[in-house]
Amino acid sequence: MSALLLRDIRLATRAGGSAMLALAFFAAVATLVPLGVGADLKLLARIAAGVLWVAAVLASLLALDRLFQADFEDGSLDLIALAPQSLETTAFAKTAAHWLTTGLPLTVLSPLLAVLFGLPEEATLALFVSLLIGTPAVSAIGAVGAGLTLSIRRGGLILPLIVLPLLAPAVIFGAGAVLEVLDGLSNGALLLLTAFSFFACVLSPFATAAALRLNLGS
Amino acid sequence: MKPSALEANNITATRGGRVLFRDLSFGVEAGKTLCIEGANGVGKTSLLRMLAGILAPVSGTIRFNDTEDAEERGKLVGWLGHQDAVKAQMTVRETLAFFARLYRGDGNVDAAIEAVGLTQLADLPGQYLSAGQRKRVALARLKLCRRPLWLMDEPLASLDAAGKTIAADLITAHCAGGGIAVIATHEPLGIACERLVL
Repeated sequence: MSALLLRDIRLATRAGGSAMLALAFFAAVATLVPLGVGADLKLLARIAAGVLWVAAVLASLLALDRLFQADFEDGSLDLIALAPQSLETTAFAKTAAHWLTTGLPLTVLSPLLAVLFGLPEEATLALFVSLLIGTPAVSAIGAVGAGLTLSIRRGGLILPLIVLPLLAPAVIFGAGAVLEVLDGLSNGALLLLTAFSFFACVLSPFATAAALRLNLGS
Repeated sequence: MKPSALEANNITATRGGRVLFRDLSFGVEAGKTLCIEGANGVGKTSLLRMLAGILAPVSGTIRFNDTEDAEERGKLVGWLGHQDAVKAQMTVRETLAFFARLYRGDGNVDAAIEAVGLTQLADLPGQYLSAGQRKRVALARLKLCRRPLWLMDEPLASLDAAGKTIAADLITAHCAGGGIAVIATHEPLGIACERLVL
């Protein structure tokens, strides 16, 4: 499993890899929105969490359609499927590599981008924590979609249609956790986000492996 | 029949609703090579994928090492497919070291690189390799993975004369060690083999 994890991280961080691409996309979107909205700091702080969460989800999706497809097209996936570990382990390792090269860097970068929105300190911390907890769910649910659209030519176009509706809870609870701090209310969004992310991460390898089996055997 | 023989009983394959072959039966003893021949689109690759356990036959059974379980059989298969599975961004050594670890095979990557004559190119990324050189990498990987059942789809495609000799030598050595090789090919391999014409 560690062999596959390290290899995918290496591929994502090399030239032509997806890690920097996702990070740059995230930063670009988060920079453009304050420029478009204008210097209304109150409004910006209000929409910061929503904008950054949507940008993070879209940035993660950028790299997602190639998660299995690249290996499928060059024959690597056949070899990986015949290796000693189960397809569930393979799915988990590749999903984890995706999160480590997209979700985690986005999370680390988010406090810096929060400054552009004039987000208060405590709210920035809430944003950081919500992204840290929520982005694994984005990779996990995205992996199922990537497995399903594996053999479809230009499956990258269908993938967001499958994945984005399923990610609505992550965006709602993730942004909600920040609003909770801004409004000084208690809405339990962070706990719901944790539960959602937990279930997504636990169930995803099984669903992804089933999708891979379906596509390899056809 | 020897215990570790590969056996196919009455297997039928379809592709896109069309029957490729029906009720095909054959057996391969340990240490033997089987060459599958036939026209384009006759089902050679589909048959190999069935033997690997990736594709399920419509009917019939495949038995290897006393098991009919497809996933279990897959763990004994050394696969050399039509595509080379060589990443443009990874060097020859990195590619082979990755697969050696993934397959928990013998770790001597450098020896495998030498065996296929790529020592000079070991640190070159895959994008600079020619089709024949990538095929050599695939042969080295097959050797590293140490699986008893080799399934090869056109192993000689794009190889030069020296490469073809290397491939033939690897297959001969594999079978001499009690392994089985099933090879879909259009070209004569230059080694003793049984033939199955689809």
